[in-house]
Amino acid sequence: MREARCLITFRTTTGAMAMEAACREAGLPGRLIPVPRSISAGCGLCWAAPVAAERALEELVMARRLDVDGIYERIL
Amino acid sequence: MIYLDNAATTRPKPPEVAEAVVRAMDGFGNSGRGAHAGALSAARTVYSVREKLCALFHGPGPEHVAFTANSTLALNIAISGLLGPEDHVISTDWEHNSVLRPLYRLRERGMGLSFLPADRSGRLDCGALEGLLRPNTRAVVCTHASNLTGDLMDLPAVGTFVRRHGLLWILDASQTAGLFPIDMERWGISAVCFTGHKSLLGPHGTGGLCVGRGVEIRPFAVGGTGVQSYSERQPEAYPTRLEAGTLNGHGLAGLGAALDFLERTGADAVRVRESALARRFYEGVRRLPGVRVYGDFAAPERAPIVTLNLGDRDSGEVSDELAERFGIATRPGAHCAPRLHRALGTTDQGAVRFSWSYFNTEEETDAAIRAVACLAEEERG
Repeated sequence: MREARCLITFRTTTGAMAMEAACREAGLPGRLIPVPRSISAGCGLCWAAPVAAERALEELVMARRLDVDGIYERIL
Repeated sequence: MIYLDNAATTRPKPPEVAEAVVRAMDGFGNSGRGAHAGALSAARTVYSVREKLCALFHGPGPEHVAFTANSTLALNIAISGLLGPEDHVISTDWEHNSVLRPLYRLRERGMGLSFLPADRSGRLDCGALEGLLRPNTRAVVCTHASNLTGDLMDLPAVGTFVRRHGLLWILDASQTAGLFPIDMERWGISAVCFTGHKSLLGPHGTGGLCVGRGVEIRPFAVGGTGVQSYSERQPEAYPTRLEAGTLNGHGLAGLGAALDFLERTGADAVRVRESALARRFYEGVRRLPGVRVYGDFAAPERAPIVTLNLGDRDSGEVSDELAERFGIATRPGAHCAPRLHRALGTTDQGAVRFSWSYFNTEEETDAAIRAVACLAEEERG
């Protein structure tokens, strides 16, 4: 079933791995998926999580100074 | 075979290193190329190795660890990506060709280059660095330990000099990473270049550089990165800026296992054991007739290397005899350190290098002493 998702993109694969490690440690939901073409054509990983977690994810990004390129909402 | 050529590459590796490589070859996809389980498994392992190395060198963050095939490539990246024809650079007579040749190539394009000279016993006087300074001096490029003698660079003295004059500092840690503490933030090191297969106990084909905060290295190789595919330029963010093409994920899995072994065992315990074995050998051979040992053994600490010659015998001949008659593996010749050989007067003869790892034993060391004693006695006639 398609639903709204919070998507976080990164400048590097290393940034994506840092996000995954931080989310696992903080107990925040989500997983790494290929970046949808509606955000960026090409390749790369993004963190996909329920929209309800967006605020907590943003706070984590700020607190850990994670190397994030952008934060989006998309129906996936 | 008694293996005493660990300064060339350590052997054996901890068993878990090969096990990790095999598991990776069976299970890994390509790190950063896709989001399936195999690709993510590789990416997670690569990231964890960045974290471990960043912690080891006290770097600014795991994203500042970029992987290469070896220290030579890391040094080429750091030197060519930070320095140019308008600069002047200070290096030392201890350097390996992996430092010297990239510097010489830049010198051919106009860069100024000065060397801190070694005396006839191979010693450096870091107090003489000030005299080499020029208005356009941009960097110091130096090794942490001579791969020929095992002598250690006075890093606090170099660090003081570098900080006083606001210079960049590229450190070649090929012989010391994992063995001696390296604190790049505290000492102000701009880039630590390391190899995985020596004192870090990992596989060949692993190495890299840990880049300091605010240090901007121009990309060396450019190409596929798994991100920003439609950009015509290499991405700017570290580590992708310095990593084009598929990483050696299999090798890095092995390096990760080696780093775990070192952490579990303790770098201090490893260093103490290796140093004790090297000292035991030194004490056993230094008074033998015709034996000349190179390096400063009065120093409180040194890399686990003892390099010597027997009379005026060709070092290659001696090393071959050690291997064929006594089953002892050593390295002869010039050791890619031409300037130090000139200082020591061993340009033609070369020198026989014995070097230890954590896995060597007292018995092996004593066998090597007996072998050198036997050759020395025969040489005496």
